[in-house]
Amino acid sequence: MAEPRIDVSIEHKNRPESSDGERKHPNTCPSCGSHYRDDELKANLGVCQQCGYHFPVGARERIAQLVDKGTFQEEASELRSEDPLGFFDLRPYPERLAEAEVSTGLGDAMLIGSAAIENEACQLAVMDFSFMGGSMGSVVGEKLARAVDGAVERKVPLVSITASGGARMQEGILSLMQLPKTVCAVEDLRDARCGFISVMSHPTTAGVLASFASLGDVIVAEPGALLAFTGPRVVQQTTREKLPEDFGLAESNLRFGHLDAIVPRTELRSFLARTLRLFSNGQ
Amino acid sequence: MASEDERHLRERLSRLRGLPLLRGARLSGDLERFKKQLDRIEAQPSEETWRLVDLARHSQRPYTLDYVERLFDDFVELHGDRARAEDPALVTGLARLGGRTIAIIGQQKGRDLNDRQHRNFGMPHPEGYRKGMRVMEIAQRHGFPLVTFLDSPGAYPGVAAEQHGQGGAIARSQALMARLTVPLVACIIGEGNSGGAIAIGLVDRVLMQENAIYSVISPEGCAAILWRDGAEREKAAVALQPDALHCLNLGVIDEIVPEPKGGAHLNPDEAARMLGASLAETLEQLLPIPGEELRAQRRDRYRRMGIYSALATETALRSGS
Repeated sequence: MAEPRIDVSIEHKNRPESSDGERKHPNTCPSCGSHYRDDELKANLGVCQQCGYHFPVGARERIAQLVDKGTFQEEASELRSEDPLGFFDLRPYPERLAEAEVSTGLGDAMLIGSAAIENEACQLAVMDFSFMGGSMGSVVGEKLARAVDGAVERKVPLVSITASGGARMQEGILSLMQLPKTVCAVEDLRDARCGFISVMSHPTTAGVLASFASLGDVIVAEPGALLAFTGPRVVQQTTREKLPEDFGLAESNLRFGHLDAIVPRTELRSFLARTLRLFSNGQ
Repeated sequence: MASEDERHLRERLSRLRGLPLLRGARLSGDLERFKKQLDRIEAQPSEETWRLVDLARHSQRPYTLDYVERLFDDFVELHGDRARAEDPALVTGLARLGGRTIAIIGQQKGRDLNDRQHRNFGMPHPEGYRKGMRVMEIAQRHGFPLVTFLDSPGAYPGVAAEQHGQGGAIARSQALMARLTVPLVACIIGEGNSGGAIAIGLVDRVLMQENAIYSVISPEGCAAILWRDGAEREKAAVALQPDALHCLNLGVIDEIVPEPKGGAHLNPDEAARMLGASLAETLEQLLPIPGEELRAQRRDRYRRMGIYSALATETALRSGS
């Protein structure tokens, strides 16, 4: 049976039902089978207390886990995707957008804004995989760029938390252009000497890994997160190579030198605060 | 170029998708040719788009080194990333164009079976992009303009490529291009697919050949993900609109470079002459611009890429469509 942790399907809603015909409850740990009530899971920050599996966490919940209460001020929430190509696959793109907005309550796959973590001021850019697989289209690119502008203006570090299947194909070549766009934004951030901490959660793949997420001064990941330019399914199909057990996972990326650390979710807030303090250099 | 003709063509282009054309974008060469191409696109989208994908991938289409050989003098190829490996899927070097030294980076496909394998079908590993970055640094140090040739099905999707940091290499290559203060020009000469292409595509001006394609993902990849069936690649190609006219319309490229009748593979010398003329003209426009200004304009160019709306106008736009 396919291992759900390394499935990077963008259209996860259309994923075929598992072979045994039943879907596991979202609060059941896919790794060890432990089951949690909503309030238990929330209190554990979405981490399985038996085996340490990290459940997916939405952008709003992630922000609530990390920032000092009441400090998050959302910005650019008014931005919405357009349909520049009139894209139609099995369904029209605007329909998928509308559905995603209704089901997630988000305008697109990223939230940005100013916040404080243990009294350290920072700018946040947080992705949400449940909005069309966290795919990066024009709105995500623009929000990341505006998050950079906010950081530069207030002279604070940027913290990005990514969860993305890659570029949003429904915006065609414009979605590819969000790679150079976000890269140019990060270069502006560097010119302004603002720190940049990139936190990669599961999954951070393709276009997002190949752009801003890989450009953090400090790059960390959550345990077990898939961080790959090309996901295991496609690598297997194209090359017929035998994949290592931990192919593309955070642990493998750490070993090959692509990460500074793997930080469990329960320690993320204090890790970020400590690192932010170093970048603010006592100012 | 007849201005009345051009205005008419631009109107049709903008009607094609109902988008305002970006100012400054231009069509070079034979307007008649683009009119015909436009007619074809409007008439039979599915077959025409697939015909274009076939042409962009034609086995006899000139590749990077074919253009380098025809357009430049004294080419010295540079090998190796100075860390781990030499990647033949991405060629780099220095050469002269009109008496000026130019740095060159381009993906390279192979012609026969052995050569194709040697070149890994034009799919670079991270080592290739790191070699490219080494040449970008040479260009910056010596003030050489950089010309890149985009022709790749994508960055190589292999185990070693992932272990050696494919995503990070593509990101850092772009980041370096965003820092350079020398003129940067990209020529899309075949298939410019995905991160593998954009890794060397963050530039001041993008020239795209008439029968090239430029896309976020290959039609096969898109079909496999969205249709869950790679065989739907023709539908995916139509949906992705990877052709030069649409790219120009969206402001992603700056100029469409014409090809000889029937495609570049039928007359590589003439294709090279046409590309060379556009390239020389583009470099002449960029060379007088001070480096810092060039870099600022480049970043601004990409900062403006994207089409979105703000909520206040969203309802009107959505209901209007």
